[in-house]
Amino acid sequence: MAVELKMPALSPTMEEGTLAKWLVKEGDTVKSGDILAEIETDKATMEFEAVDEGTISKIVVPEGTDGVKVGEVIALIAGEDEPAEAPVGDAKPAAEQKPAAPEAKPEKAPPAPEGGGEPAPHQMETAARELVASASRSPEEPEVPAGTELVKQTVREALRDAMAEEMRADDTVFVMGEEVAQYQGAYKVTQGLLDEFGDKRVIDTPITEYGFAGIGTGAAMGGLKPIVEFMTFNFAMQAIDHIVNSAAKTNYMSGGQMRCPVVFRGPNGAAARVGAQHSQNYGPWYAAVPGLIVVAPYSAADAKGLLKAAIRSPDPVVFLENELLYGQSFEVPKLDDYVLPIGKARIAREGGDVTLVSYSIGVGVALDAAAKLAEEGIEAEVIDLRTLRPLDKATVLESLKKTNRMVVVEEGWPVCSIASEIMATAMEDGFDDLDAPVLRVTNEDVPLPYAANLEKAALIKAEDVVAAAKKVSYR
Amino acid sequence: MLEFYRQMLLIRRFEEKAGQLYGLGLIGGFCHLYIGQEAVAVGLQSALEVGKDSVITGYRDHGHMLAYGIDPKVIMAELTGRAAGISRGKGGSMHMFSVDHGFYGGHGIVGAQVSLGTGLAFKHKYAGDGGVCVTYFGDGAANQGQVYESFNMAELWKLPVIFVIENNQYAMGTSVNRASAEDQLYRRGESFRIPGLQVDGMDVLAVRGAAEEAVAWVRAGKGPILLELKTYRYRGHSMSDPAKYRSRDEVQAVREKSDPIDHLAKELEALGVKEDDLKALDKQVRAIVAEAADFAEQAPEPEAGELYTDVLVGDY
Repeated sequence: MAVELKMPALSPTMEEGTLAKWLVKEGDTVKSGDILAEIETDKATMEFEAVDEGTISKIVVPEGTDGVKVGEVIALIAGEDEPAEAPVGDAKPAAEQKPAAPEAKPEKAPPAPEGGGEPAPHQMETAARELVASASRSPEEPEVPAGTELVKQTVREALRDAMAEEMRADDTVFVMGEEVAQYQGAYKVTQGLLDEFGDKRVIDTPITEYGFAGIGTGAAMGGLKPIVEFMTFNFAMQAIDHIVNSAAKTNYMSGGQMRCPVVFRGPNGAAARVGAQHSQNYGPWYAAVPGLIVVAPYSAADAKGLLKAAIRSPDPVVFLENELLYGQSFEVPKLDDYVLPIGKARIAREGGDVTLVSYSIGVGVALDAAAKLAEEGIEAEVIDLRTLRPLDKATVLESLKKTNRMVVVEEGWPVCSIASEIMATAMEDGFDDLDAPVLRVTNEDVPLPYAANLEKAALIKAEDVVAAAKKVSYR
Repeated sequence: MLEFYRQMLLIRRFEEKAGQLYGLGLIGGFCHLYIGQEAVAVGLQSALEVGKDSVITGYRDHGHMLAYGIDPKVIMAELTGRAAGISRGKGGSMHMFSVDHGFYGGHGIVGAQVSLGTGLAFKHKYAGDGGVCVTYFGDGAANQGQVYESFNMAELWKLPVIFVIENNQYAMGTSVNRASAEDQLYRRGESFRIPGLQVDGMDVLAVRGAAEEAVAWVRAGKGPILLELKTYRYRGHSMSDPAKYRSRDEVQAVREKSDPIDHLAKELEALGVKEDDLKALDKQVRAIVAEAADFAEQAPEPEAGELYTDVLVGDY
């Protein structure tokens, strides 16, 4: 029988892709290893190779089709002895393909039809999808004057625009890191920057985090404004000496003589099924260091406004992004120069019964939990810290004064965490406002496991936040 | 030449005094003296242009600042942790800076200054300001991984940086050949195509000559160059090092045969400079150092409020 070619899953977070180009046509004979098509994922354009030999009997999904779900049949191959006839398939004809859906949707793809005796490609099982789902159910409205035009943008695009705008405005701003230029960014965050700014200002480095973090820091000491991209903050462990010892302390140690206006940025926190060494939240690490500014935005608008502020800051900034949020869309104000203040938390949802404090992807989980709590008659106030250092204690304490109950939601470990710090703040400065002990909902205190079920057990979940909120509300 | 002599003598006398003040408990923490290595900083920095070029080094940094003509008073006051110190008393011996002079520290983590210096060179190239960065590090730092990460990028991007290995033979207590598979450190850039020169670091004129070569190479846009300066420190690694890893005879032999100041004195005398003139110079230098020490002892400590200043530049 004919072999069904199905849309492959080409990245850990891929839900669907664009069938950019067919490199074969109906009637072509292909053998294993031939490149059949180019498929655009959320990260890159990938080549799709043939595994089976035979003749392309039908191209089901024409090139240029967006939003092709992982597992959908895209073509049929007839075996060598079979006639290359159009088979009976339950794949949708091309005309019924959905129009372009610009961003990954978190809902599960329809079950892929079985065929050819091979397991059908399907979306990888990952608890990360639930984190993303929480985020996609929880759009944040940016704070702008009424009447400001808003445009839907992904976090990825917002970050790129922030860099591009600042690079246009100040020629001492440049970006360096692994694959930022010709590859267009390992996560496509720097897409297009090389074309606009050239290789003097968009610089591919060797894989040498310690070295280029030091070079970026030194260039900042010399007066430039580097943006140092780490492919992930997990790799910045190799460079943490320069972030902490060189960048954070020099202004103090030099009696205020030596500035270091560098931005270290990249994805932080758990991604999807990438295991313990690629899944860690460094927010608490950097937030412990005086001399650093630490920003960890949730929405696209905050990502843009705060990255612009970070680039302009005269201090070293650690800017913690989240890979799972890169593809999420939010409303971003269409303003020439949208800059947000560093060090100011934001009330992401107002409520009077319990305060949920979070940052980065945890905000989506907290908002999701708040919606569920509302169904049960508990109105939660959700605070998005946005900046982890300096911490906006005033906003947290003000909310505590109103609700008298607090839960901290953190996609990260519990020990010596931002949650610990918020709890200490509530004890030290808000004790009289507490009607219940502050609780924290964090990841489990273990290295993040690979297995899908264990990963799910380790990461924060909205249900746990709901349970904690009810507990502090004695309900 | 007389100026080289004066500068080296100033460093020698300054460091002797610093050692004394340390013994008196006026200088705290770690204090790494430059005695024996004076010709390196003096010879190299005499070939640079203050205001155009930049210099960065590790924690053995007093000599490099003095060689740049920075006021001995504010250096000594930093050593004693006083408000008048060049870092307002908040840096100490290992963390001193003078951005006005293009002197970027003073770094306490072994090898960190190599990446940072490469970054300063990056800035010179990016800005097209014609400057070069002299990046000093020791034979110990030469085994740090980030040194080679920096070599790679410096050559790849043809950055105007002069890497200077001050090979004083001992990384704290470990001799070069006990720690380095390739102990000819000038060859350490070879696999990055960085040319290297081995220089007698006890001869200030040889150092100056090598510095001119290196500056010309780097300013011409040919990328980095590596200088290995063979030198020797007479004192322990820091004030708290009893230096039991080498014999007294070894130190004494270097002092007698290769002392950079004695060596230059002989050359000056051969050129007709009178011994009395050199003695007068010594007296003058001793007076400057004594004045710096008095200043450093008497200057007030930082105000309590200084504890909280300069952590961040911006208001958030």
